Amino acid sequence: MSDAQTPPIRLVGVGKRYASTKALDDVSLEIGAGTVHALVGANGAGKSTLGKIIGGLIRPDEGVFEVDGRPAKYATPADARKDGIALIAQELALVPHLTVMENVFLGVEPRRKGFVARRRMQQAFAHLVAQWGFKLDRDALVGGLRTADQQKVEILRAVACDARVIVMDEPTSSLTHVETQTLHEMIRALRASRATIVYVSHFLDEVLELADTVSVLRSGRLVRTAPAADETEASLVAGMFGAAAEAEHFEKPEHATGRTVLEVKGLRREGVLDDVSFSIREGEIVGLAGLVGSGRTELARAIAGADPIDAGTIRVDGEERRIRTPADAIEAGIAFVPESRKKDGLFMELSLASNTTFVDVKTFASRLGLLRLASERARTRTLLESLSVHPPQPSAQVSSLSGGNQQKVLFARWLFKQPRVLILDEPTRGVDVAARAAIHRLINDLAARGAAILMISSELEEVLGLAHRVLVIRRGAIVREFAADPPLGDVMEAAFGLTGATA
Amino acid sequence: MTTDQQSAAADPAPSAADRGARVAAGLRAARDYRVRAEHIRDYGIIVVFIAMFVFLSLKSPVFLTRDNLLNLLYSNSEVGIAACAVTLVVVGGNFDLSLGGIFVLSGLLAAWVAVHWNIWLAFPAALVAGLVMGLINGVLVTKLRVNAFLATLASSLVFFGVDKAVSGGLLITPGSEGAGDQHEANIFTFIGQNRIGGQNGVQYKVIIFVVIAILLQIVLARTVFGRHIYGIGGNREAARLSGIKVDRIVIATFVIAGLASGLAGLLEASTQGSGSPGDPTSQALALAAIAAVALGGTSIFGGSGAIWRTVIGVLMLGLITNGFNLLGVEDFYQDIVRGGLIVVAVAIGSLVERRT
Repeated sequence: MSDAQTPPIRLVGVGKRYASTKALDDVSLEIGAGTVHALVGANGAGKSTLGKIIGGLIRPDEGVFEVDGRPAKYATPADARKDGIALIAQELALVPHLTVMENVFLGVEPRRKGFVARRRMQQAFAHLVAQWGFKLDRDALVGGLRTADQQKVEILRAVACDARVIVMDEPTSSLTHVETQTLHEMIRALRASRATIVYVSHFLDEVLELADTVSVLRSGRLVRTAPAADETEASLVAGMFGAAAEAEHFEKPEHATGRTVLEVKGLRREGVLDDVSFSIREGEIVGLAGLVGSGRTELARAIAGADPIDAGTIRVDGEERRIRTPADAIEAGIAFVPESRKKDGLFMELSLASNTTFVDVKTFASRLGLLRLASERARTRTLLESLSVHPPQPSAQVSSLSGGNQQKVLFARWLFKQPRVLILDEPTRGVDVAARAAIHRLINDLAARGAAILMISSELEEVLGLAHRVLVIRRGAIVREFAADPPLGDVMEAAFGLTGATA
Repeated sequence: MTTDQQSAAADPAPSAADRGARVAAGLRAARDYRVRAEHIRDYGIIVVFIAMFVFLSLKSPVFLTRDNLLNLLYSNSEVGIAACAVTLVVVGGNFDLSLGGIFVLSGLLAAWVAVHWNIWLAFPAALVAGLVMGLINGVLVTKLRVNAFLATLASSLVFFGVDKAVSGGLLITPGSEGAGDQHEANIFTFIGQNRIGGQNGVQYKVIIFVVIAILLQIVLARTVFGRHIYGIGGNREAARLSGIKVDRIVIATFVIAGLASGLAGLLEASTQGSGSPGDPTSQALALAAIAAVALGGTSIFGGSGAIWRTVIGVLMLGLITNGFNLLGVEDFYQDIVRGGLIVVAVAIGSLVERRT
């Protein structure tokens, strides 16, 4: 297959329906060879669905999807792969118990008489790695690799089967800044070799930096396709949310001067947390900034009783609490919204009502121990409506909601009783701009009502915008503390350990 | 109290116009209603059950008689009791293959206690035995972190082994030695062989099955404990982070399954008039119970399901036997039909899961 032949992808009037909602409606698009084509849109706008159609993972209900000018009907992603189309999904699809090399050649192993020709595979692998300049241990088990390295494996897998079109769905959502840069370099190298990249992303700055062409989607419809050079972050946001929307802004809360609610002293966990001490006042939002792996999530989990600690004390409202389990933390008035709502937060098969009331379901038990379901539904509906969850249907399965609404449901779980301490780990990850603003307002409201809030976010702007005070954590220790509105650059430098900052 | 008042205040008395709008919305919803794949998965089993029921009613004059229907419940009550209880274990994301072992050993111990100690202690003995065996399973699975499948497979072997050792491979029959012992035999067999209100009443076993099914349905669907079981089966880590003492709940489900299997074993021993040294029927009990759970549409991976589903599963398996007998079809086709039915039911469930 020579590069000169590489033809474009073409979609005409493509539609896709899930149950009663239209995920995609009448989308027409052409993607040129050797370009990076970005798909942007709010959550639920249909960008992932479109990516999956191009990647051959799902088939459109309506319209025409052409590859090389021929209508393409892929039954499986493997069929698409044969046509040179590879999809790198948000959740990576690798076999954890196989090695890097085995994963790269999974399904396309060089064979001899039905057996895997290992020597030839090794040669092919060496060739690939040299060609792309990746540093990857051939024999390492994929399950033990960092996410960024797993992503490299996925990319090698795609190029190993001569993929000319590679669809990447939110490839950088779990990568650090440096890893993102590395990924972008790879993408540019792929483009230079005439491969076509379809890049689905939330991160508008990345899109503008990387893409040749951008398609903006809103509510399943294509708003426009334009050269990236003609767009700005503001114009993309306007396209994603219609004329009324503007770029997100953070409200500036006033200084909190209440009494101390949460007091953490000398918290230690071997190899993870190193003598962490800090306190949070009533009504105060404290931002915890740090790189991935700096111990910020671990600190949150330790206070919430999710992980054991080796030493240290935690006081809530002046009273020392022995926190060994999440149940102890909840008893002490500490609420924890974890990083991954799917893995650690929600019960996907259960209803909104069950998810919302899960922690405080006891309050709905009658004297005989029977749950008053009607009252549970009514309270849930009121609460979900106040958080503008859409739809606020207590009996609906939580898996039927969009990411932003799911996150609101997870928040709602802790709002039946006003928590004294609220710990938020990435409260707006994978959430669209409107839901994000709503969650920011909610965090502010909770603080105004007297909660002490500890917030973690990978997006420094978010932390700085909301927090009354910012703590920087690095290698498990708090290395620096800033008052409200510190310069972003200073916080970054402290997080990277660039300045001579000490605790 | 305050919440009720609030919701009443927030919901003013509906005006006629409101009501009209609501009816209109209802009609629109009814018109837009379509049968979707999820509905086939969720409620298909009821349709199939009703279809089988109607078919047998038309085909056999005997089927739709009180005696036959009671008999259907009677002969499936032991499996039914065990299946309803193991539903809690399965919804909680676990598995229990040891029901057969608990079943046979509890029945045997009841008979042994009746013969060697006191006839009246036989009944609590079986229940305590079931409870203890369930507790062992629960502790193995939670505290020792043994995979539930393997833990209960192994414990099942042990339970059957103890059964053989105690029985020495022979039936233990209370009241089988000497005159005057007939009285003891009557006590032992009373609950398994008699009916409430004389010859034409309902069998005690049927009543026990129905009561337990209703009780467990309420426990799973309407209590805090039940809600926690769903949570643990659906997302164990999320349940833990929500302050649930996961191990305790899981152990409780195993204890309930053990207790119920002990009761089922007691009923079986009472029906037979003796404790058995283990036979293929008792070995098959665990599989029959799990099959009924799966057939009813409860997810074998936990997090969703219901007791009423299991009851339907049990009755469908029972209907097959009953129908084959009534229609005079060869016995050996039964298991083929049963197996096929389970495969179809589970396959539909997972196909729908994949599509959505």
